[in-house]
Amino acid sequence: MSSNSSAIVTSNLTKYYSIGTTACKRSSAAEAIADWIKNPLRHNTTGTFCALSDLSCEISSGSIVGILGRNGAGKSTLLKILSRITEPSHGIAELYGRVGSLLEVGTGFHPELTGRENIFLNGTILGMSRTDIKRQFDEIVEFAGVEKFLDTPVKRYSSGMYVRLAFSVAAHLESEILLIDEILAVGDAEFQKKCLGRMKSVATSGRTILFVSHNMQSIAALCDKSMLLDGGRLSYYGDVKSGIDKYLQSYCPQNNVDLAQPESRRGSGEYRLAYMSPVRQMFGGADLKEFEFRIDRRHGTAGQMFMQSYIYNSAGVIVCQCDSRLTGFWIGDTQRIEGKFSFRTPWLKPGTYRMDVVISNAFSLIDDCQGAAVFDVSPGIPYGFTAGDDSLEYGIVFSDFQWSQCGPLSTAREGYHGAMPGEPARIGIGNGRHV
Amino acid sequence: MLAERDVKLRYKQTLVGAAWVVFQPLVAAGIFSLIFNKVAGLPGPKGVPYFVFSYASFLAWNLFSSTLTKASSVLVQNSQLISKIYFPRLILPLSVVVSSILDFAIGAGLLIGMLWYCRICPGWEIGLCPIWLSGLLLLGIGLGLFLGSFMVFYRDVQYVVPFLIQVLTYISPVGFTVSSIEHLPNTLQLLFWLNPISALLDAARSSVLNTPGPDPLKLALSATTTVGVFFLGMVWFRQLERRFADVI
Repeated sequence: MSSNSSAIVTSNLTKYYSIGTTACKRSSAAEAIADWIKNPLRHNTTGTFCALSDLSCEISSGSIVGILGRNGAGKSTLLKILSRITEPSHGIAELYGRVGSLLEVGTGFHPELTGRENIFLNGTILGMSRTDIKRQFDEIVEFAGVEKFLDTPVKRYSSGMYVRLAFSVAAHLESEILLIDEILAVGDAEFQKKCLGRMKSVATSGRTILFVSHNMQSIAALCDKSMLLDGGRLSYYGDVKSGIDKYLQSYCPQNNVDLAQPESRRGSGEYRLAYMSPVRQMFGGADLKEFEFRIDRRHGTAGQMFMQSYIYNSAGVIVCQCDSRLTGFWIGDTQRIEGKFSFRTPWLKPGTYRMDVVISNAFSLIDDCQGAAVFDVSPGIPYGFTAGDDSLEYGIVFSDFQWSQCGPLSTAREGYHGAMPGEPARIGIGNGRHV
Repeated sequence: MLAERDVKLRYKQTLVGAAWVVFQPLVAAGIFSLIFNKVAGLPGPKGVPYFVFSYASFLAWNLFSSTLTKASSVLVQNSQLISKIYFPRLILPLSVVVSSILDFAIGAGLLIGMLWYCRICPGWEIGLCPIWLSGLLLLGIGLGLFLGSFMVFYRDVQYVVPFLIQVLTYISPVGFTVSSIEHLPNTLQLLFWLNPISALLDAARSSVLNTPGPDPLKLALSATTTVGVFFLGMVWFRQLERRFADVI
């Protein structure tokens, strides 16, 4: 296959799902028959939800495409269709080459079987031939780092080992097209690095990869193209950098769909967040980060309400949750509520952050506004000195820490490391001492 | 591969393991000969102990019923696989056949021992036995495909299958000979022979026990029904298979 031919061509891909409201859901044959007798002409009156609408695009072979989009944008549905798990309602997808998909780590693993047996089982299910697996067996085992436990049933594996082995099998798939859904979020940092490296080497061998992730860093590092989905539609396909920018921009107040369309949000909707904005677009890492907000009453009353905000970094990790119940802040029923929200710590690392805001009362969720605000933290570090990049590499926030040297220790005498009174006893061998 | 997994998993964390494969038909055969022969007083075929007769019947019957049970439930049991990985869905119901055949083979080994002990020597008809057995297998898969794909949509089927098998156990000649129904009215006899299991099962066991089998007309009828059921099950499965991942 020449490098400029297409690997995937889709035209007008559309997928509807019927959403069962509880009144219409029929999971037993008797109900279905009863429904049918009552009204034989009505085929299906449940509402439909369009997970993917009219998606047409062409992906040339050898490209690594990062698929971006919010929850419910249709990313997973697209991968499901391309991997032939489910059929589109309309439209055609043409795939040139064998397709391997990895939509969830560890499906097809059986807890009772040993690691060795599971490698063969899972490999076969994913579409590898027996000889392929045999040839790559050692590599798979080494990659996962489970040599010692090959003949142990995987139900006795630690969850980390389990996931590593599962990923390792899938990473050795040799199909021309590889579909991956949000799996690099597994394992520790070191294993994630290893996975990225593996993905890169797969990519350089000329295969096509479609990769769904909320982690912008890995998308930027891995992909050369990006595809942005929004509400089931393809809103951008092209260069990876501008795709990521567009994705992050979609959370900005001026084009934030969620903030502009309060009706489409989850929650009972007595009150809706109408405005949430940082006092300035860029904060320093250690600055006080201040936001102004307004909440409007739509209908009814809701009694005492509290607010929560969730701060996400660009990798999609929730850095912190700020619940107003913890600070004793409650809001009562009024026509309009205006206020401020601020936090100083943690010191944030440079990058773009997004905030979800949730309003609830004691009984139910009232408003769930995803991406209520977006703000940047300026490059530069809040410390007094600088060091190499390795001094900042790990962790998701900066900490306000102190190293110092001082006289004799006040809390623990030398040579004695036992549990202090009131401290929980340490679990270990030898009378609670660390040996 | 999936079949291999099934077989390996069957008897993990059990005490006596594969002995269960033999134990089950032995007990069933014992109960059948007790009830049908001793209690109900039905005669067995000439020259064959009733126990051997009912054991042979039960083996063939089990080939059908275990295939049906497993083929119909295998889709729902592997719902995880179906919704996350693509592979030809037909593999799942077909993979269960392997473990059914394996169970059968172990049981058949014991049957050979019994025949030797009772000095029963099968005639040339034993050459046709595999055909009748494959007929039973096809019937099991066909029904299994049909019920299994239905179960994906409506879980009611999982309660229907055991009941169906229970009913079939009594209306098929598993524990009694076909000659025991000869005094029944013609309509009932017709209904009896319309059940494709009757002729196939009778043909299979009489070919082994060297007793007179059903007449060719009845066998032809059964064979046609069997192929029909299998074909319909296949078409039905292929039709519904596209929607499995969305509803399972």
